[in-house]
Amino acid sequence: MKIAAIALNTFREAVRDRILYTILVFAMLLIGASVVLATLSIGQEGKIVKDLGLASGSLFGTFIAIFLGIGLVSKEIERRTLYAIVAKPIYRFQFLLGKYIGLTLTLLLTVGVMALLVAGLAWAVDGHWTPGLLLAAALDFLALMIVTAVAILFSTFSTPTLSAMFTLAVFVIGRLSGDLRLFAEQFAGPGLRQVVEGMYLILPDLSRFQIGSQVVHGLPVAPAGVLAAATYGLAYVLVLLLVAIGIFERRDFK
Amino acid sequence: MEPVIEIEGLCKDFRVGFWRRRTRILHPLTLTVYRGEIFGYLGPNGAGKTTTIKLLTGLILPTAGSARLLGQDLTRIFAKQQIGFLPENPYFYDYLTGREFLDLCGRLFALATSERRERITRLLHLTQLTGAADRQLRRYSKGMLQRLGLAQALINDPSLVILDEPMSGLDPLGRKSMRDVILQLKAEGRTIFFSSHILPDVEVLCDRVGILVNGHLRDVGRLEEILKTQTESIEVTLRRVSPALLTSLRDIAQLPPLEQPDGVLVRLTDEERLDQALRAAVAAGARVVSVVPQRVTLEEHFLREVQGGTP
Repeated sequence: MKIAAIALNTFREAVRDRILYTILVFAMLLIGASVVLATLSIGQEGKIVKDLGLASGSLFGTFIAIFLGIGLVSKEIERRTLYAIVAKPIYRFQFLLGKYIGLTLTLLLTVGVMALLVAGLAWAVDGHWTPGLLLAAALDFLALMIVTAVAILFSTFSTPTLSAMFTLAVFVIGRLSGDLRLFAEQFAGPGLRQVVEGMYLILPDLSRFQIGSQVVHGLPVAPAGVLAAATYGLAYVLVLLLVAIGIFERRDFK
Repeated sequence: MEPVIEIEGLCKDFRVGFWRRRTRILHPLTLTVYRGEIFGYLGPNGAGKTTTIKLLTGLILPTAGSARLLGQDLTRIFAKQQIGFLPENPYFYDYLTGREFLDLCGRLFALATSERRERITRLLHLTQLTGAADRQLRRYSKGMLQRLGLAQALINDPSLVILDEPMSGLDPLGRKSMRDVILQLKAEGRTIFFSSHILPDVEVLCDRVGILVNGHLRDVGRLEEILKTQTESIEVTLRRVSPALLTSLRDIAQLPPLEQPDGVLVRLTDEERLDQALRAAVAAGARVVSVVPQRVTLEEHFLREVQGGTP
């Protein structure tokens, strides 16, 4: 109940924020532009629409997760809006979870709208339905949940600017970490290989959530892989939130 | 008398500067506030008033010591169910309307929908915000935010109300209505703990005060008691004063009399000297215009405490 109240408030904050609509408008424009681009290709219209559509959904979803996520806690401390809330009978972990869930709901809504738009456009161009697109968007949403959890974790002890940089770094490394690990295994010496392996274990592997190219090219998607990615994602989010709660519980609001 | 706030040896260190040096902001504080009283927590800026209040409301964690609110340990959130808190210069979510914000606060106290609706209507009326209830808080003035802050502090019908500088930033009219509300809360049997540096308001409102200077609690007690221990003086104004009387008055008072347009002003430090001076004046044929005892005001006492430095 109390977590829900905070979540609703966070959702309200996001949907009354102009930045969300700015990002959404750009995303829609890019998705729309994919149709124009598709007409330039011959016989590949559907693939272009799907590929560009999924990519823009993922990109702009990440923007929302980072830009709204980094302010979730630090902005409340900076503006002192948190004071009146923490003095009420609510545990700090309830507050933090509420904030996280609120932003996750916002992401669900925006990513959902974009995914439906992409699927609709692909249907219009292809003339048939591609259910894999929604699965790809759902997995991408899990990656966004991790990015949001990273952002909220940094937000509990750092300024919005630093949080944005850290989160962006984690996101980029996370997207590439699968490839980096592969490179290290093949080309690096034992020392560097261990460092890369260590980083791979600590930082999230966001490349696991990318099934867009399989869907676009009509290749089969292994259900076991999807299930493993989902389990990995949820476990990762849980750990990040626990660490964030641990920091937040001990924090002084000066 | 039933204690409502029991603070025992509560202290707080902050780490400051580049080297994160440990600095004590609040020295071990022991203080008890009883049910039904208005307690004024006074001190200059930076004395540690807000730090104390943040400790009591769980915004910061104590370095050492403990406190019980309404019989519950500070660290238990259960105690907060009965506490209302108005932060200093309150700033709330500016994208919410006044009504939405109060509803959020009511939810955090787990109040039922009908109860929330009823209380919000009543509190909006009490704080004269009914007309602005559905306006976003970004369009509220400072005074309106302060009033909304009061409303959110009362949403849970608290038995202890903690107000951090409730008068700051209010115009005279706003201060008057804040005073009235505080007195009404006391009449309803609530305990009020508030910090302030606006002394006239404190003098009018408080049953007891505590004076905090540089993180040390310097004085606690009833206002009359604190002020009575200070030396009082008595000012006597006389007319038709002869030069000979002037000389003897100077001897009695040990202070030079002041010549003013409406007569001569003599300041006497105790009642015995007053008797002597009056007798001498009457005998010399002077006229006594006025005899005015000068009490030390809270302001003077406060300044003395602050200028006394750290103990």
